[in-house]
Amino acid sequence: MRRAFGESLVRLGELYEELIVLTGDVGNPTYVYKFKDRYPNRLFNLGISEQDIVGVAAGLALTGRVPLVTLFSSFLMRAWEQIRNTISRANLNVKLVGTHAGLTAADDGASHQALEDLALMRVLPNMTVVAPGDPQEVKEAVEAIIEMKGPVYLRIGRDEDVRIFDRDGVFRIGKATTLMDGSDVALFSTGSITAEALEAARCTDTSVRVVHVSTIKPLDKEAVISAAKSCGAVVCVEEHSVIGGLGSAVAELLSLEYPVPVARIGIGDTFGESGTHRELLEKFGLTAEKIRSVIKGVIRRRR
Amino acid sequence: MGSTVETSELRHIIEVQKLKEKIRSIRRLVLETAHNENAHLGSSLSCLEIIATLYFLKMRHTPYEPLWKDRDRFVLSKGHAALALYAVLAEMGYIQREELRTFKKLGSRLQGHPDLRVPGVEAPSGSLGQGLSIGVGMALGIRMNGSRSRVYVLMGDGECDEGQVWEAMMTAAHLKLSNLVLIIDRNGWQLDGRTEEVKKKVPLKAKIESFGWEVYTVNGHDVQKIVEVLDYAEHSEGPVAIIAYTKKGHGVPFIEDTNGGHKIRLNDEQYLAALKELEAYGGGL
Repeated sequence: MRRAFGESLVRLGELYEELIVLTGDVGNPTYVYKFKDRYPNRLFNLGISEQDIVGVAAGLALTGRVPLVTLFSSFLMRAWEQIRNTISRANLNVKLVGTHAGLTAADDGASHQALEDLALMRVLPNMTVVAPGDPQEVKEAVEAIIEMKGPVYLRIGRDEDVRIFDRDGVFRIGKATTLMDGSDVALFSTGSITAEALEAARCTDTSVRVVHVSTIKPLDKEAVISAAKSCGAVVCVEEHSVIGGLGSAVAELLSLEYPVPVARIGIGDTFGESGTHRELLEKFGLTAEKIRSVIKGVIRRRR
Repeated sequence: MGSTVETSELRHIIEVQKLKEKIRSIRRLVLETAHNENAHLGSSLSCLEIIATLYFLKMRHTPYEPLWKDRDRFVLSKGHAALALYAVLAEMGYIQREELRTFKKLGSRLQGHPDLRVPGVEAPSGSLGQGLSIGVGMALGIRMNGSRSRVYVLMGDGECDEGQVWEAMMTAAHLKLSNLVLIIDRNGWQLDGRTEEVKKKVPLKAKIESFGWEVYTVNGHDVQKIVEVLDYAEHSEGPVAIIAYTKKGHGVPFIEDTNGGHKIRLNDEQYLAALKELEAYGGGL
């Protein structure tokens, strides 16, 4: 994912001359150094100083540039208050990219695993929140967020080796994508964990509608409500805390518009730990098998 | 040649004299507003001469085209002194003087802390310690745009407690931003008391110098001296910091150099006393 991100930036640098990339001593692991090779005067590595970097990005945006900040997601959140008080409050055209999100920082453990970023970004007014699912979608999402005006948080992981889409033209800001049609349960998922959701839906006798929600804010209300209406029960999956992310956004909407049973799969109210990415997904129930059992459970709750 | 220098000096003296008169009316606007609404009066009065000097004598800008691309920019990092900035902007013609009556009232553009909705306000502030980073970004963007514009950031001394300030100091020196000037309103007070008692800042000058900046000190109420040091700062090859020694509540005797006017709404008696002081002595000028 991060490789796809770095490569798209290089391509987009040509098209968007105002694009400036800022990073903080993570230029190599986030793959933005490819951008520096091509545009040496348009990448600034400002060292390990997330709060300053976010402020510098605000200043650049105020002079008409389009700054894109790339940091590890968990440490970008260190600058949440700077993001709130300058970028979000003044609706500045700054793009924030958090890498190594979810459990993908794996062996580095809880300090490096971002399980709260969607919640923290979603609560901010003016902020668009995006979590693409595979390299193709990353490519398109990066271009879309640079093209739009306004603050965006884009979340990607580390080395997820998944492929969800086998075509292009897959990403539009604010639009969810139905990947598989079904009528018993609506399964909403965001980020690369959608691959696991698809796998769960494929190998079950339940008719599951899989909806990939790559924009968490603004939520595609129409898609969520219509899937809930035709299926009558909902499961949400995300590589994030069960508090405040996609599951919360869906539950908030449906409780108001069309209440149906909702089950949320994510990391419980706890921190991660060191392990391989696969081991961690298993530990926290983010596997096709676990998703299938939750699907069965939510069907029983259907009126 | 000699006569040219004299003429320019004479013009300078006249400009400084005119500015002092302007400051008198800005000060009146500040007092009126603080009579009408709660304000951070003490810190608005400690930096009033600095902001006024920048807008009236130093910066290239025009209220007729607030977003003119080659303008110099001012960032009020100590956002609680918003009233001083609004009063200068009103005197300058960016906003109507009457609008100051809406300061902090529901629905007003004149928020308790600066907001981009106000013409002439260049950056949002209110959370301390962030203005210098924003100024660094602006100075960098301006340099990349090939513009000669300069960026002035005004910070409080209490604000120096924030770690982000020192991150930004490193960044500015590293990028050799010679179009960036930081002014520190060194009034010696922060919310809970004397700055040196809350958290020691001295030796502030040496600290900033050690970060690779050129540092000057000035009497922050002496308009003539402020102009001189700002002129001098233009010749630097890197970022310049100016520590401006000031008095919190300058010009209003019952709050001067105390924390009594940190956040205050002047009652009738206090308002009249402050005005009287302004009439008699020009409010400390």
